[in-house]
Amino acid sequence: MTVIDREPSGDSAPTLSVPVVDSPPGDQAVGWRHRHLLDVDVLSLADLELVMRTTDAMREVLARPIAKVPALRGRNVTILFYEASTRTRISFEVAAKNLSADVVNIATATSSVTKGESLVDTVKTVEALGAQLLVIRHAVSGAPALAAEVFSGSVLNGGDGWHAHPTQALLDLYTIRASLAGPDGSLAGRKVVILGDVLHSRVARSNIWTLTAAGADLWLCGPATLVRGFEAWALRGAAGRRFTVTSSVDDALRDADVVMALRIQKERMATGLLPSLREYSARYGLTRERLAMARPGALVMHPGPMNEGVEIAPDVAAGVQSRIEEQVRNGVAVRMALLYLLAGVRS
Amino acid sequence: MTGRQIMTADEIRRATVRISHEIVEKQAGTTGLALVGIQRRGVPLARRIADAIADHEGVRVPVGALDITFYRDDLSLVAQQPVVKGTELPFDLNGSTIVLVDDVLYTGRTIRAAMDALVDFGRPQAIRLAVLVDRGHRELPIRADHVGKNVPTSREEVVKVHIDEIDGEDGVDIERAVPVAAAVG
Repeated sequence: MTVIDREPSGDSAPTLSVPVVDSPPGDQAVGWRHRHLLDVDVLSLADLELVMRTTDAMREVLARPIAKVPALRGRNVTILFYEASTRTRISFEVAAKNLSADVVNIATATSSVTKGESLVDTVKTVEALGAQLLVIRHAVSGAPALAAEVFSGSVLNGGDGWHAHPTQALLDLYTIRASLAGPDGSLAGRKVVILGDVLHSRVARSNIWTLTAAGADLWLCGPATLVRGFEAWALRGAAGRRFTVTSSVDDALRDADVVMALRIQKERMATGLLPSLREYSARYGLTRERLAMARPGALVMHPGPMNEGVEIAPDVAAGVQSRIEEQVRNGVAVRMALLYLLAGVRS
Repeated sequence: MTGRQIMTADEIRRATVRISHEIVEKQAGTTGLALVGIQRRGVPLARRIADAIADHEGVRVPVGALDITFYRDDLSLVAQQPVVKGTELPFDLNGSTIVLVDDVLYTGRTIRAAMDALVDFGRPQAIRLAVLVDRGHRELPIRADHVGKNVPTSREEVVKVHIDEIDGEDGVDIERAVPVAAAVG
């Protein structure tokens, strides 16, 4: 892998200032300084490159006859999910187990949370029970940041409200780069479309940061009610970042290199944003006909779970251009990389 | 920092050729033989030994690269995670004789990690060890089968191996380390 040597213009990436202790002599330390991963906007281009390179190594581990290494032996990874999830939770669990960590899984539906325990108390409790790396998913934006304030180890955001889903954005970046990156790892000149319910999507918000940082020409497309407010983002990041908001699916898909469909998040949606799912599907659903407007061989992606027949047609989701299963596979490798990097930072 | 050279490029070349003969002699041929270099400088050294074997035996033995980062016993002690450089073992390890190749043998902990990593890929019939420099101070019951040069050192000294493929020149230097207080800062 090569290094992207451009700095993002517009927003510069602030970095956490964790004091760094020297590594043993002769050792080349990686330079990862983030104790927590709460959002992608703290990641510099060098950080992104390091995550991509470490993910390459994890992919190699996953291809071994015994896809398990002892890097996190004796470390406790606690997975605390306040929201329903299959792929993300299992992906974190598999990733932690592949690194030989001890994994504790907490489904809040069967925990003391139902008796009214607060997030802070739950975090303090799992810490007292030995948690060192804490993966949190929560319906409220900022919940992982609150947990990070009271937790002595590292917090990894597994998705919070509308705010951020860092591991999804990083696995999406890895998946796109695997097919489309130039020799310098850059996505310059590549048109990436995020199509659908952008408003409620933490996946979109995190992807906007990482994909524009990597140089992609990013388009957000959906009904006006579901992309509103993002024009301001487009203006803020205007210097150096290519970013377009539109409700015209034709404009968005024309010559696209990547089309990422998003699920209509009925559970987060206020009434009145969409006339009906059927109308949404007719006007914005990713069908084979619409996909034909994109570049031949354009990548089809979806963060899952899919509502097939709504935001994406079944034949497109299962078609040759689909990278959806590859996203799931890369998700394990990216989460292994992040657990490994975070485990190296002293609190 | 004062350094003095303990092996020249010619001495490295002769040691590599001698080790290649020793390996073949010990194995009584090249059947079932494979070389595995430990990242980073063990990898070009393993390739050179394989080249030497090809020269005098007419057989190209397979060469692999092993990254032992995930198997280190000090991952919980270092301040930052070390760079992962990649593992590639493009052959079947089961029943083969694996010669691990590294530049410097010191505490033996790298070799312990390398053996743990290797057995996750298969069950070699035997694992042997070839090193360019053995500087002593073992902390584990490990010894090398093939040694380029034995160098008595103190723990305060640093042995620096330069390999053309990585460093642009061949040579082994021994240096007095920076005083510990200054190094840790």
